[in-house]
Amino acid sequence: MTTDTTSYSGHKLPPGSPNPPAEPDPVAGESLGQDAWRRLKQNKAAMVSLILLVLISAVCVAGPYLLPWGLAEVDWNAFSVAPTLENGHFLGTDANGRDLLTRTLYGGRVSLSVALVATFVSLVIGVLYGAISGYVGGRVDNLMMRFVDIMYSLPFMFLVILLMVVFGRNIFLIYAAIGAVEWLDMARIVRGQTLALKQREFIEAAHALGVRDRKIVTRHLIPNAIGPVIIYVTLTVPKVILLESFLSFLGLGVQEPLTSWGVLISAGTDMMQSAPWLLLVPSLFLAVTLFCLNFLGDGLRDALDPKTR
Amino acid sequence: MADNLLEIDNLSVDFQLPNGTVSAVKDVSFSIQPGETLALVGESGSGKSVSSTAAMRLLPELARTSGAIRFKGEDLLSATPKRMRRIRGNAISMIFQEPMTSLNPLQRIGRQIAEVLEKHLGLNGRQARPKVIELLEQVGIPEPSRRIDSYPYELSGGQRQRVMIAMALACEPELLIADEPTTALDVTVQAQILALLKDLQARYGMAILFITHDLGIVRHFADRVCVMRHGELVESGTTGEVFGNPRHAYTRMLIDADPHGRKAPVDTTMPMLLEAKDLRVRFALKKRLFRASEYFEAVRGIDLSIRRGQTVGIVGESGSGKSTLGRALLRLLKSRGEIRFDGSDIAALDTGSMRPLRSRMQVVFQDPFGSLSPRMTVGEVISEGLRVHHPEFNRRQREAQVIEALEEVALDPAMRNRYPHEFSGGQRQRIAIARALVLKPEFLLLDEPTSALDRSVQVTVIDLLRNLQQKHDLTYLFISHDLSVVRALADTVLVMKEGQVVEQGTTEEIFAQPRERYTQELMRAAFVDDAA
Amino acid sequence: MLTYTLKRLLMAIPTLLIVITISFFLMRVAPGGPFDGERQLPPEIEANLKAAYHLDEPLPQQYLRYMGNLLQGDFGPSFKYKDFSVTELIAQGFPVSLEIGGLAILLALLIGLPLGIIAALRRNSGVDYTVMGTALAGIAVPNFVIAPILALVFGVLLAWLPAGGWNGGALPNLVLPVIALSIQQIAYIARMMRASMIEVLGSHYIRTARAKGLSERQVIWRHAIRPALLPVTSYLGPAIAGIITGSVVIEQIFGIPGIGRYFVQAALNRDYTLVMGTVVFYGALIVLMNLLVDLLYSALDPQIRYDD
Repeated sequence: MTTDTTSYSGHKLPPGSPNPPAEPDPVAGESLGQDAWRRLKQNKAAMVSLILLVLISAVCVAGPYLLPWGLAEVDWNAFSVAPTLENGHFLGTDANGRDLLTRTLYGGRVSLSVALVATFVSLVIGVLYGAISGYVGGRVDNLMMRFVDIMYSLPFMFLVILLMVVFGRNIFLIYAAIGAVEWLDMARIVRGQTLALKQREFIEAAHALGVRDRKIVTRHLIPNAIGPVIIYVTLTVPKVILLESFLSFLGLGVQEPLTSWGVLISAGTDMMQSAPWLLLVPSLFLAVTLFCLNFLGDGLRDALDPKTR
Repeated sequence: MADNLLEIDNLSVDFQLPNGTVSAVKDVSFSIQPGETLALVGESGSGKSVSSTAAMRLLPELARTSGAIRFKGEDLLSATPKRMRRIRGNAISMIFQEPMTSLNPLQRIGRQIAEVLEKHLGLNGRQARPKVIELLEQVGIPEPSRRIDSYPYELSGGQRQRVMIAMALACEPELLIADEPTTALDVTVQAQILALLKDLQARYGMAILFITHDLGIVRHFADRVCVMRHGELVESGTTGEVFGNPRHAYTRMLIDADPHGRKAPVDTTMPMLLEAKDLRVRFALKKRLFRASEYFEAVRGIDLSIRRGQTVGIVGESGSGKSTLGRALLRLLKSRGEIRFDGSDIAALDTGSMRPLRSRMQVVFQDPFGSLSPRMTVGEVISEGLRVHHPEFNRRQREAQVIEALEEVALDPAMRNRYPHEFSGGQRQRIAIARALVLKPEFLLLDEPTSALDRSVQVTVIDLLRNLQQKHDLTYLFISHDLSVVRALADTVLVMKEGQVVEQGTTEEIFAQPRERYTQELMRAAFVDDAA
Repeated sequence: MLTYTLKRLLMAIPTLLIVITISFFLMRVAPGGPFDGERQLPPEIEANLKAAYHLDEPLPQQYLRYMGNLLQGDFGPSFKYKDFSVTELIAQGFPVSLEIGGLAILLALLIGLPLGIIAALRRNSGVDYTVMGTALAGIAVPNFVIAPILALVFGVLLAWLPAGGWNGGALPNLVLPVIALSIQQIAYIARMMRASMIEVLGSHYIRTARAKGLSERQVIWRHAIRPALLPVTSYLGPAIAGIITGSVVIEQIFGIPGIGRYFVQAALNRDYTLVMGTVVFYGALIVLMNLLVDLLYSALDPQIRYDD
């Protein structure tokens, strides 16, 4: 607890007492968000990860425009060529003569878009479900959480696989299916936050001021629950990418001519003895992305977690 | 000084933190004789706990210690780790402030006590058991032969502290270091624990180094006193000397910091502002899917009336229902019974009809860290009520009001763009008061507004509340477990226990002649009889 | 405790019913059927086949029939593996999957827990950074990447171990699949153990233990490890589910005849009964494992009493 030695009325402190703690600039305040960002900037690993992620995303988005090869374009002069600088296939070609770098970047677009969209789906469902459950409380909360419990004990991966098999390999289905699996944790986290915040005295004080429920949710609940949600989102993104790759690897992900990192890895596995680069290149992209996302997630948690405060 | 049991000689402790070195203790020297009780007094951050933890060599690794700590002539700072382990829990033992978390939650208490006997006396589990039962009996645990197999969660806070004491006494130490051992406990439990320590000290003849911020305890408990502040020892002497003739200004301020003065009485012709009849609040205990099957009644039929300009104090221990009562009066909790504010019944009003009244009845909560939204600037916090009740104000008008409110609570208005985490506890409490005050309320619910603050800060906040009441003709309902604060502020006092009022009367009556046994017990435990 | 266990088993029934119902109807609304082979069958033969498997009945009736059979422990015949019943296929495959999965979870605990503890005790040291960096890499590289790379390096290039196949469960054949399956869980468990160990080491009761004069070793073994295990224990449920899911790809990559491998093939082949059987079996397994984990948790933490 902070000591308060600078008294404003009545008691003056004796002379010669040590200086009160140095006061920061009195006018400009530093919000928790700015504070967290400052601490995140001090975390080298997280910052390097962030920069790498931005780079990978930029390359995946812009790269295909700059490279001479198309996604399904066959170079009849180069089947299964190893990485080289000579013929413009910097990372080699596959057995069909398609440029691996081009395909990996296109695959990256798919993997990253799945990550963003599916995470967003899980975020929307999870935040709404959790916030309603926590804020309404009581009987509704009880029923809603029982439902989540049941969902938890389902062998979800198998149902998703089943879904993909039944309804065909469609990218929108992937978005929806993964989003539908991943919202459970989010709902629990948001509900827990809401319940904890509801007990906090500043929410009670807002009620005492006569602030309307809607305003309490938007001005007090959401801004204060956002930290843990951000942390959880950064942990969800790699999980989603992994899930998509897993489905693709099993041959249940996106369909030709589209590709994704999981599809490429699966294809590379079949060829790994004769053309190991087909396995290694997409694996490397996937692993570096996941690695950076996890590092960034860790860094964000350290920067945002009130316990380190 | 060969007969000193413990000698602390020019002790300094620095913490090497990533952003610089912080010195927590600076050149502190004091000593303890066998069998005596030395109180180490100071507010938070004074270095009192660090000094005593240093004596046990239990500081975290980033602490750098210099000077000397001699126990019966042996320098502990240079002792080998193995030698230190022979001393800890054996010749010197320690009890802590946090009874709820200081015991291993997964181990039976008997096992945890026996461990000390096994370690230092070489007993095996079977030999230790009767000794453990005997210890539990000595520290006043009922049915020790059954309780020995309890887990910590099955015991109350007071009982857990007794178990800690049993553990500390197991090897009959020559020195017991007690670090705020009663701070987390209710006053009546605190009195029992202190009595137990006194009793055991007489029986075992051990010395006690008693670390506390509570001068009331020191006065009754210690032979000698050392006062610490910002890591330095500012004064030491016998308890009589220090209290009778404090030499250092800081000591004088600490002693003066006991709230004093009385509130000027209010004319009995003043109209009633807030009244409640047969107020009841209950909480669902066991939640079934569709309806609660068991209820806990926290407030059980309370009648209360407050005149304009009055301060009514509500005292009681934790769980007495005093905070619940306060929240119910402001209609922050569902309740049954009648509540009248300024003559009209507000118990049945819906949220919308209640809203205009909210600017007239405001609240300040206990926790200065929990009562301000960490994501809003101080200016936003204070102006939020204005947005609700004065939507006609423009930005500049709101700003002017915020500045006025901050000046009123003696904070620099330039700080309104800063965030709550940048303020100290006392400053945050002032911000919370400004948030209530900006609406120009008539009634203020003060729910333990000073309990989380250091004594010297507490006094400034109390002075502020007092001045504001006079200036704006405010009516207070003051909830507190701290009797001396209530005595200084209240016209009338209600004593609550288990959801009911056990005694009420004017402050004068209650403190001079408490009729109920429970009230008398509270008074005795809180040592209010001799304060100012 | 016993009533709690029974209650949980009862609560598993609706869960399993949901699983069975969802997967049953999902399979049936899917386009295509089990007899759309390479060659179009003559209509009368297909009709006969359908009648033999009761596929000509209305869906609700098929559903009830299936449930009835299931209650008697009969998962029905496989459509593709014509000489086998689903029960037989599961009975053949499960011991294999169990061996791989069980060894993987064991390995994950045996390596993950000590690594986490060591990292926590040497917090912010080189050892800590190395362990945690490696763990993060273990999380970032999925098992379907590790498995082929392990097979390539140790199976093909170095030829120390077989790159695939089961060989009746001979030890050399087990090594690579078990490692591939457990690496991710090792990483998760190590990270989790480190975090909870650090939290426990900062707790008040550890300070008490030190104040008793216990040695660091005694403090850690008697007072720190058990409480630190609690969060890891509650992670075991998801960990087991993760290993079961992972076994689907691992069995495919290494050509191991467990049920994981059947599953994807059966789903692609529209082998209704086999897919259903596998999903229901896995569902029951996960429910059972979660129950075991909860019971284990209550054994570690006396405060948890499952009595209401």
